[in-house]
Amino acid sequence: MKPEELEIKAAAELAKQQAFDVRLFTCSSRGCQSSEALGVIAGLKAEIKARQLEGKVQVNGSGCMGLCSKGPLVRMTTKTQKDILFSEIKPEMAATVVEQVVVPVLEGKKIEKPGGDLARHSLDLNDPFFAMQVFSVLENNGKMDPEKLDDYIARDGYKALRKALKMSAEEICQEMLASGLRGRGGAGFPTGLKWDLTRKVSSEIKYVICNGDEGDPGAFMDGSVLEGDPHAVIEGMLIAARAMNATHGVFYIRAEYPLAVERVEKALRQARAAGLVGKNVLDSGWGFDFEIRLGAGAFVCGEETALIASIEGKRGTPRPRPPFPAVKGLWDQPSCINNVETLANVPIILLKGAKWFSSRGTEKSKGTKLFALTGKSKNNGLVEVPMGMTLRDVIEKIGGGTDSGLKIKAIQTGGPSGGMIPEYQFDTPVSYENLQQLGSMMGSGGMIVIDENDSVVELAQFYLDFCVDESCGKCAPCRIGGTQMLHLLSKIVDGTGTAEDIRTIRKVAKAMQKASLCALGQTAPNPTLSAIRHFEHEFTERLLPAATPQA
Amino acid sequence: MSTPIDVATSVKIVAPKPAAEPKDEITLIANKWKMKRGSLIMALHDLQSRVGYVPRESAMKLGRQMGVPLARIYEVVTFYNYFKLEAPGKYVISVCLGTACHIKGSAELLAGMEKELQVHEGQSTPDKEYHLQAVRCLGCCGLAPLVSVNGKVYAKLKTDDSRHVIERIQIDKPMAEADQEELVD
Repeated sequence: MKPEELEIKAAAELAKQQAFDVRLFTCSSRGCQSSEALGVIAGLKAEIKARQLEGKVQVNGSGCMGLCSKGPLVRMTTKTQKDILFSEIKPEMAATVVEQVVVPVLEGKKIEKPGGDLARHSLDLNDPFFAMQVFSVLENNGKMDPEKLDDYIARDGYKALRKALKMSAEEICQEMLASGLRGRGGAGFPTGLKWDLTRKVSSEIKYVICNGDEGDPGAFMDGSVLEGDPHAVIEGMLIAARAMNATHGVFYIRAEYPLAVERVEKALRQARAAGLVGKNVLDSGWGFDFEIRLGAGAFVCGEETALIASIEGKRGTPRPRPPFPAVKGLWDQPSCINNVETLANVPIILLKGAKWFSSRGTEKSKGTKLFALTGKSKNNGLVEVPMGMTLRDVIEKIGGGTDSGLKIKAIQTGGPSGGMIPEYQFDTPVSYENLQQLGSMMGSGGMIVIDENDSVVELAQFYLDFCVDESCGKCAPCRIGGTQMLHLLSKIVDGTGTAEDIRTIRKVAKAMQKASLCALGQTAPNPTLSAIRHFEHEFTERLLPAATPQA
Repeated sequence: MSTPIDVATSVKIVAPKPAAEPKDEITLIANKWKMKRGSLIMALHDLQSRVGYVPRESAMKLGRQMGVPLARIYEVVTFYNYFKLEAPGKYVISVCLGTACHIKGSAELLAGMEKELQVHEGQSTPDKEYHLQAVRCLGCCGLAPLVSVNGKVYAKLKTDDSRHVIERIQIDKPMAEADQEELVD
């Protein structure tokens, strides 16, 4: 494909879309598929066909629209009125949706809020859950079908790549640096800097790797992005490759996300056929292609060096750094590993400019961040908020408090590597620094809400048990320290612990933090430590009565 | 999906069978991957998705054809949670123990399942009808707690729903989908 053809394709697709009076988008991501979304799509198509409305109404799949607990979600877009978002639509309700809403709208009626059987099945898009979010990475969700390349192109897809092909590698790195984008996988390393480091290493072979091994239990942002907008991640990787003169691309995706794998495979096939990936990218003479590698259920493979070992077909054990992957990575060649969400931000930055991107957020944390808001939260799902929004706004306004009506005790961010943040600290604005200062971390974006009935001691035990199970066993501090710490913590949970055990936990934790080989072991004590720090009484209450320290 | 092969009768694997010939599949898998560097895990995924687990004989054969020592294969298979060394039951029940599910009582749900099926997590029922396993996170956290049976998700369960889920399995009879693309030589 020649660069100019992108515009022609986009215009043609837009014209095609304009011809439809009503467009229906049903979430076809993993969560909604589990609630029979594919049946809904089939039902809508059948009904539209039966009524011979195929020329007027288009039925599409869509990426995640956020409120997963109320799925399947269906968004209706028309030329004449505001969008309507239907919730919890079952396949057998498809005919009702068409009859009671789509047909009247086609007849020129305005339907603000569906009545009758559908009254309970529509969501208010002015509700804080939607209105307070800022969609950037998720902007395409609910507005295009992730399985259609032309849909992506019509929404400015691959325009940023076109721009990147006219820029030098250094210019792209500079633009990323200026944007202030930081790694969304959790550590928050400046993306532009990472790219620039890899760019400066000269080598005939260089790899760009997409880390889609979202192992944090309770997080599903990256899976949702891969499923909902796979072309955006591919475009981000192509731009990354240009920025550091990389020669090969690798997608590393969890095997537990078969739909994400399928969507990426499909998107790559489409992009290859269109000349956007392959021997001659956008007729520039530059060639770049991708391989897909699957994880196999190992949390430690989110760590860069372990991930590389896994791509090489080995046990996913980390190795000491330096040398950093930028110098010696996959097959000993310079490699740059970026998280899915980071890569999805790249085309947006290049298209809208570093200045636009950095206008959002705090001094050191720019742009937006995706969170998987779950647990006792009333609204469960995928949310995107600007950096700098307070945790309280995220949890109480977007999340809507708890579903049980009970008081929120704390949230856990950063998964098994993060920590608990108690309610009284909720006025803190979201940023990498702030969350770290609170003893937690941004992490990849899991945000678990717990209420006053939940035990932080048991939650700490849950996370530690996870880390012990997932420890690769290579280094002693993590392997032995984790096991010992879990043993002590389990004693406390069982009511046989002593005050001495809490002191020992602290000591072991310190050793693990200081001496573990990789981030898994270094951060494994975090949930426990933060729980002790903020809720020590919950630990002491469970100690052996005789062993309770005397007042 | 090919019928899972019982380990106890694994000698059958060596004897040629007319249909669902595992022998040919392994050769096809080996041919597909052996020229690609570092593709052992991908080949094992292909094998497990067809047979349901990684039988020892198949691993040996795959290793011979790909030029990978058996020890290396076992090193990998035992490291990653995803790979199974024994034939699972007909219905693989995966109880999600991710954090969101944990907060909503998945441990209790799992205990109920264990009681209902009279097996421990990681085991199959003697009649090989069910295999019960705990998994880390299926990424449908908004629908917690949930259970996936051969890929079909039963969501927004209650912690005492174990019997209900098993009844549903008998009605729905979810089977894993025929896998991915066809292997071609």
